[in-house]
Amino acid sequence: MRGRVHKYARDNIDTDVIIPGPYLKIMDHNELAKHAMEGLDKEFVKKVRKGDFILAGRNFGCGSSREHAPIALSYAGVSAVLALSFARIFYRNAVDGAYLLPIEVGEDAYNGIDDGDELEIDIERNEVRDLSKGRVYAMKPFPPLIKRIIDAGGLFNYTPE
Amino acid sequence: MCGMTITEKILARASNRERVGAGDVVFANVDRVMVHDVSGPGVMMVLRELERKGKKVDKVWDPDRVWIAEDHFVPAVDKIAAENIVTLERMSERFGIKRHFRYGMGQYGICHTLSHEEAMVLPGEVYVGGDSHTNTTGALGCFATGMGHTDIAYVLIHGKIWFRVPETLLFRLEGSIPPYIMAKDIILKIIGDNGTDVANYKAMQFTGGAVAEMPMDERFTLTNMTTEAGAKNGIIEPDEKTIAYVRERTDRPFKVVKGDEDAEYEEVFTYEVDRLEPIVAKPYSPANIAYARELGNIEIDRAYIGSCTGAKYTDLLEAARILKGRRSKVRLEVLPASQSIYMRAMRDGLLSIFLEAGAVIGPPTCGACCGAHMGVLAKDEVCVSTTNRNFPGRMGHVESKTYLASPKVVAASAVTGRVTDPRDVG
Repeated sequence: MRGRVHKYARDNIDTDVIIPGPYLKIMDHNELAKHAMEGLDKEFVKKVRKGDFILAGRNFGCGSSREHAPIALSYAGVSAVLALSFARIFYRNAVDGAYLLPIEVGEDAYNGIDDGDELEIDIERNEVRDLSKGRVYAMKPFPPLIKRIIDAGGLFNYTPE
Repeated sequence: MCGMTITEKILARASNRERVGAGDVVFANVDRVMVHDVSGPGVMMVLRELERKGKKVDKVWDPDRVWIAEDHFVPAVDKIAAENIVTLERMSERFGIKRHFRYGMGQYGICHTLSHEEAMVLPGEVYVGGDSHTNTTGALGCFATGMGHTDIAYVLIHGKIWFRVPETLLFRLEGSIPPYIMAKDIILKIIGDNGTDVANYKAMQFTGGAVAEMPMDERFTLTNMTTEAGAKNGIIEPDEKTIAYVRERTDRPFKVVKGDEDAEYEEVFTYEVDRLEPIVAKPYSPANIAYARELGNIEIDRAYIGSCTGAKYTDLLEAARILKGRRSKVRLEVLPASQSIYMRAMRDGLLSIFLEAGAVIGPPTCGACCGAHMGVLAKDEVCVSTTNRNFPGRMGHVESKTYLASPKVVAASAVTGRVTDPRDVG
């Protein structure tokens, strides 16, 4: 996976800013995508391109269980969110619905990667490569079940052993 | 080998294992599942997609274990919301789901309030809901957690779902609760001291003399707000009050589960509640706490008494005690969490107190708590609210400001027009 990164250097980016409450009644994924990150950055949907990444701090996606959050990001073009940590429901929604990859990175990647950098993510080698800066960071490997669900293409395609 | 916590015991039973421990991944059988007017249409969309791919979806695993609430955008706020309610009607008809609480047809209200008021979930059960505050119901001594609509759709078909067994943080609430303190003050203090991700992926369990002293309504405030600390579930071991509460509502059998004496807790926190003072969470985080008395210079435009956290009967009663015979200086809204609470508040004269204070009384709905309708905030408007979140834009404009507080603080603040400690209005 390759793409450009949009960096939001803050913790606790919540589901209310990822997709504000009034849009929860909307079920059309492409319509939701028009409002991705609206509570934090109104320009985001104009900037984002297919395959891009988001980089953020701790507890990304905290708050609501709204699956609209990973849906809005995914249909806006985001293929992975890199963060220091994720809120639990956002994480399982992203994986089980196969919308995008929630990738935990360390402080080195969080501090070293800048907004606009071109990244390459390799989830087999657990590496995040900053192509703009020529640096390589380790990502936290997915727990075994999570990796199997990702490889299957979401929870409904996964068969428990 | 050490013993198991209540959360571990429930998940062990549900996954047919002798024992489980924190970090184990299990597929657990689900006892009860809930959808509402946001997650239900999401579930139906997932099922339609499965059918498009050739999978036959003509039934759910057990329609008697599924129930439906209408709460977020009701009464239907617009055409899209109305369509979503129609989708719920089709869902219950198609799958034979009998417990569907419809607005305008008797008992209905916010899902987390109905879950316990209507005994939709019982002690010892595994309960999942398509809403993050599903944690609320754990005050009955069940494992209750929220998830998205894909996971809920999976449960509807398979009757089970994966869980990573959570570590448990044990909160001992000791001492006697002072008359100006409510469970909301206690849980805001806990979140403020420890952060909004202290319990991420973990269970928060409450115990101690102060919990024993609390009526069930107050215990639900504790578990409701565990979501704001990132918790997978909030839980309280059942006692006589729990059992009496459930028995008043159903004769369905249940088995009380308690943790072992030698259960392992990741960390134990102790709070002496008799030393607490009324607390408010400032914008834009439930962890951004201050004492109400420190915020006396904050002028407010609105006072909001509503939501699953702050519009249970006890919440309305405590607010009414302060508002009795007084006028609100600001726009005051009261939205009882369910029709039955609304009716009880009417019978007991609480609605008269609110109306005489100048309040507008709305129907049971999530309403402005999630910025949906019923009094959303304008740019720069300041609201003191009994709700559970104050993220940017949560209750309306992204530059509006919500201060989270107990119903007593909200009522006292309405009286003075400023953030006010209930002790200071007498």
